[in-house]
Amino acid sequence: MKDTIYRSHVLICTGTGCVSSGAKNIKHELQDELADNDLKNEIKIVETGCHGFCEKGPIMVVYPEGVFYCQVKEEDVSEIVEEHLLKGRIVERLLFKEPMTEESIPSYEDIDFYKKQHRIALANCGKINPESINEYIANGGYEAAGKALTQMTPEEIIKEVKEAGLRGRGGGGFPTGLKWQFAFDNNSDKKYVICNADEGDPGAFMDRSVLEGDPHRIIEGMLINAYAIGADEGYVYVRAEYPLAIDRLQKAIDAAEDLGLLGEDIFGSGFNFNLHIKKGAGAFVCGEETALMASIEGKRGMPNPRPPYPAEKGLWGKPTNINNVETLANIPYIINEGSEVFSSIGTENSKGTKVFALTGKIKNTGLVEVPMGTTLQEVVYDIGGGLTDDKDFKAIQTGGPSGGCIPEDYLALPIDYDSLIEVGAMMGSGGMVVMDDSTCMVDVARFFLSFTQSESCGKCTPCREGTKRMLEILNRICDGEGKDGDIRLLEQLGEHIKDTALCGLGQTAPNPVLSTLQYFRNEYEAHIYDNKCPAGVCEELAASFTINIDSCIGCGQCVKVCPVDAISKGDGKYYIIDEEVCISCGACAKKCPVDAIFQG
Amino acid sequence: MEKVTLTIDQQKVEVEKGTTVLEAAKEVGIDVPSLCYHPDLTLHGACRVCVVENVEDESLMASCVSPVREGMEISTRSMKARRARRRNVELLLANHPNDCLGCDRNGTCELQDITHSLGITQKDIEEISGEVREVPKDETGPALKRDPNKCILCGRCVRVCEEVQGVSALQFSNRGFDSIVTTAFDLPQSEINCANCGQCATVCPVGAITEVSEIQKVWNAIEDEDVHVVAQTAPSIQATIGEEFGYKPGTVVTGELVSALRKLGFDSVFSTEFTADLTILEEGTEFLERLIENKNLPHITSCCPGWVKYAEHNYSDLLNHLSTAKSPQQMFSALSKTYYAESTNIDPKDIYTVSIMPCTAKKFEKDREEINASNLKDTDAVLTTRELARMIKEVGIQFENLNKEEYDELMGKHTGAGTIFGTTGGVAEAAVRTVKEKLTGEELERLNLGFKGINEAEVEIGDRTIKVAIANGLRNAESLLDEVRAGESDYHFIEVMACPHGCVGGGGQPLPINEKHKELRSEGLTNTDENSVVRKSHENPMIKKLYEEFLDEPNSERAHELLHTTFKCRQKN
Repeated sequence: MKDTIYRSHVLICTGTGCVSSGAKNIKHELQDELADNDLKNEIKIVETGCHGFCEKGPIMVVYPEGVFYCQVKEEDVSEIVEEHLLKGRIVERLLFKEPMTEESIPSYEDIDFYKKQHRIALANCGKINPESINEYIANGGYEAAGKALTQMTPEEIIKEVKEAGLRGRGGGGFPTGLKWQFAFDNNSDKKYVICNADEGDPGAFMDRSVLEGDPHRIIEGMLINAYAIGADEGYVYVRAEYPLAIDRLQKAIDAAEDLGLLGEDIFGSGFNFNLHIKKGAGAFVCGEETALMASIEGKRGMPNPRPPYPAEKGLWGKPTNINNVETLANIPYIINEGSEVFSSIGTENSKGTKVFALTGKIKNTGLVEVPMGTTLQEVVYDIGGGLTDDKDFKAIQTGGPSGGCIPEDYLALPIDYDSLIEVGAMMGSGGMVVMDDSTCMVDVARFFLSFTQSESCGKCTPCREGTKRMLEILNRICDGEGKDGDIRLLEQLGEHIKDTALCGLGQTAPNPVLSTLQYFRNEYEAHIYDNKCPAGVCEELAASFTINIDSCIGCGQCVKVCPVDAISKGDGKYYIIDEEVCISCGACAKKCPVDAIFQG
Repeated sequence: MEKVTLTIDQQKVEVEKGTTVLEAAKEVGIDVPSLCYHPDLTLHGACRVCVVENVEDESLMASCVSPVREGMEISTRSMKARRARRRNVELLLANHPNDCLGCDRNGTCELQDITHSLGITQKDIEEISGEVREVPKDETGPALKRDPNKCILCGRCVRVCEEVQGVSALQFSNRGFDSIVTTAFDLPQSEINCANCGQCATVCPVGAITEVSEIQKVWNAIEDEDVHVVAQTAPSIQATIGEEFGYKPGTVVTGELVSALRKLGFDSVFSTEFTADLTILEEGTEFLERLIENKNLPHITSCCPGWVKYAEHNYSDLLNHLSTAKSPQQMFSALSKTYYAESTNIDPKDIYTVSIMPCTAKKFEKDREEINASNLKDTDAVLTTRELARMIKEVGIQFENLNKEEYDELMGKHTGAGTIFGTTGGVAEAAVRTVKEKLTGEELERLNLGFKGINEAEVEIGDRTIKVAIANGLRNAESLLDEVRAGESDYHFIEVMACPHGCVGGGGQPLPINEKHKELRSEGLTNTDENSVVRKSHENPMIKKLYEEFLDEPNSERAHELLHTTFKCRQKN
């Protein structure tokens, strides 16, 4: 069967997102349909990793045409087989429609969501079967490792990575080549490399997608990394909540071992490298490298002061080099294409591309990889298709719980490490949450701070106690109990935690609060001094609802949905709302068939 | 060693590379306030109270974990550093019960001291007040109690238990604001592998871990006219209690101690050194037998109750190596309700025995079920050095103005050998002095046993070379015992003390306890030994009298009944 030539390949995305929306059932249905139509030897089903366009999942791509079907359901499968695979007619209704133009786009590459992307880390995701090492090799896989191990010295590799200008994709943006150099410079009988796959930012899933969709790229990156610094053992620290990623990575490690790409004397170079998976229990702080190493050693995941840096005394006291998944995914490309090609992409101080998880009030949510320097405008409107319901853009939150909220004024900002920090946000691992005018910025700050507060390891005073006090202040502001002085106190505590917390988690925890205070201070003030939540989100502050008696048709549907019995029959046929009882939930307004109910 | 020059508060200082900024500041005479830092433990960097400012870039750094760099310019006292330090203390206080008045550590609390010196007021704390941790206290004892609500999560107890004792009875649990220090599975203190050594209580900067107090019980006994209250003071107390009254560490105040006990109302005041001498005769005889029969060697001491419980949890297969001789405390108590009762014609039921101990584990030892030789509870109460000092202060006795008095004679006479039981290596030395003389008639000079980690010595006795090993701190005992377990140990005699430096570093001793204090206290005891007229246990005239009149001879049937004990296997949880 191996040599069978198929006339068509049907790629079904089996990333976590598409599996959740039913991709596995679609695959089974397709298998059955192909069997029924005697097409099993003509058409091959390939399970791939994530395409990034998770909102439109389950996704199916039919080659050789490259037709991109989205939101495929089980019942659509017979039509795809009958129309497309048997008769060659594209099933129009399953094609992607551009949100701006309503135009149906048959081909993958022509969709705006993909057009502006530049895929390096995600190059193979959605294209190859992640469980087949042969597909990876057929797409140029392990060429870079072969080149590195047989034609390059460790110094040459480090030089190449330095010149490429690659910076750590996990959040900090530290120059990767320099980090490798430090680990290389420390002589030791034993060194380790670690891949940090403890992706913990809410909404971020780029690391998971790479591990699920292209696990060999990470193994190859680590192999080059290990050879460059002189390590013979590596760990991938991946959270246990990523079962599919773990499963595929383990299969990839096994396959690489079988082919001698891991183990002893790789490529006959005399270089040995063994790789293990270490499952993390899902503590956010374990993404911090000293806590991560403590966790691998079997200790409580708690950060330790640096110095000593991992490059001097890391895992089990040995020099250790830790890199994020996406960072490592760029390594084979740099070695294959050379630092010049890589550094030609991006901005002056931020080279290459960056993967972002685009979510929130945006039409095209999903995973996008764009060159550094792409503007927020391009990401939100050109790739993201603009805001849901064409509402007004209010802010974009980048960098997850450590990041900040950027207002509309900065939409033209080219995204890179330094520009984001300048405006009070940060790259982080690449979360991007788009917010419209129905978002309360105080509530957003509260959300992120409650996350960091509950994920704090509890070791240092400012993070453990300080974020709790900040959260209490935010809670009371949202509950309408804010008082004069609260803003000043929030700023003081925020700056204090930034200045004195032990690790990166604590030092950046106040960012969502400080950046919203910087750009949306008026919202805080409205909560405290005017007793109003401008976005109408904070229940205690929301204005009650009123029924326009002239429009009311007396259908009574509002009465049925009111959870607090605030609505009763008025004198005429219309209904009225008791302001004292109303909790401003808005259920009545949503239900009203004639839009007779309004807030305020 | 490479040197680094830096400036701290505009003073140049040259220190060794690798020194921390906090240590370098000490060199120029500045104590940077700190809480999680402890000189005898690994660095933790958690409380962030020791923050100082790096003048070059105006950043703040925790000085306890920041190594010095060449050319560094540090301000420990800039407005920025002081504000940040203050804020971190305020944050701790906002989650700390406001009940200093009723706290065991009122007056010795490091958080209280810092609050006072930084001038933090109630108003400052109220500004950031909010939820306060509320978790149950653990008062199951028997020796120690924990109030996690007072805990400031500095981790000193966690570190001492893991790094020094190798027990790891305490660990951090939960996350964020809910973080606490607790036992495995939140089991009560009484049900875990804790040795009750109390090292956690000595390093705790606040009142989160303290001894179970027995002061009130003792006052009740003293107040009761029908009760005859007998006191015994452990060898180390005379060299440590002075610190509670302003004496320098290591000052020996035996006479004042005896006098104070009499003034408190104890009916007779004896010394545990007397039964330390007795222990030597009982244990020495047992060791001699084992040596001759080449049985159960190495012989391991069992006078330290923390060590005994640790062994019962972790090395129950080696319990037959432990000396069956009771600890001096328990020998004393058994005799006080038999020998002493007979000699004085007092009904043993009316005797109440109080031991003044450097130790929290002694509180556990007195409650061991196999310990009731007098058919009564042998030891009725155990007071730590700190508790006794508190009683003395309570009734306003001016310790420094007391006359020096002598112990009561019957069980108060002792030798220098009994005195050095209070420091590491003392038991081994006292035993060897007696064993060697018994075997050869030769006199032995002081063994040159150091005080840190594992130490060993060889002694020629007749035609035999006896190998002695000393371990203080349970972590150090571990490697010795692993050798014994593996059958690779060629020692004949091993002395184990649970606490670093032995009893002078015990869990019940005056605070603060650090390496320097412990060394000085040890010196106090060895000086006393050297100045003693009688320095060998078997030459104690009152011990001779005890055997002649009551016990017959060492390891006699009666001695066995009263002075020897058994051990049991405990779960390793």
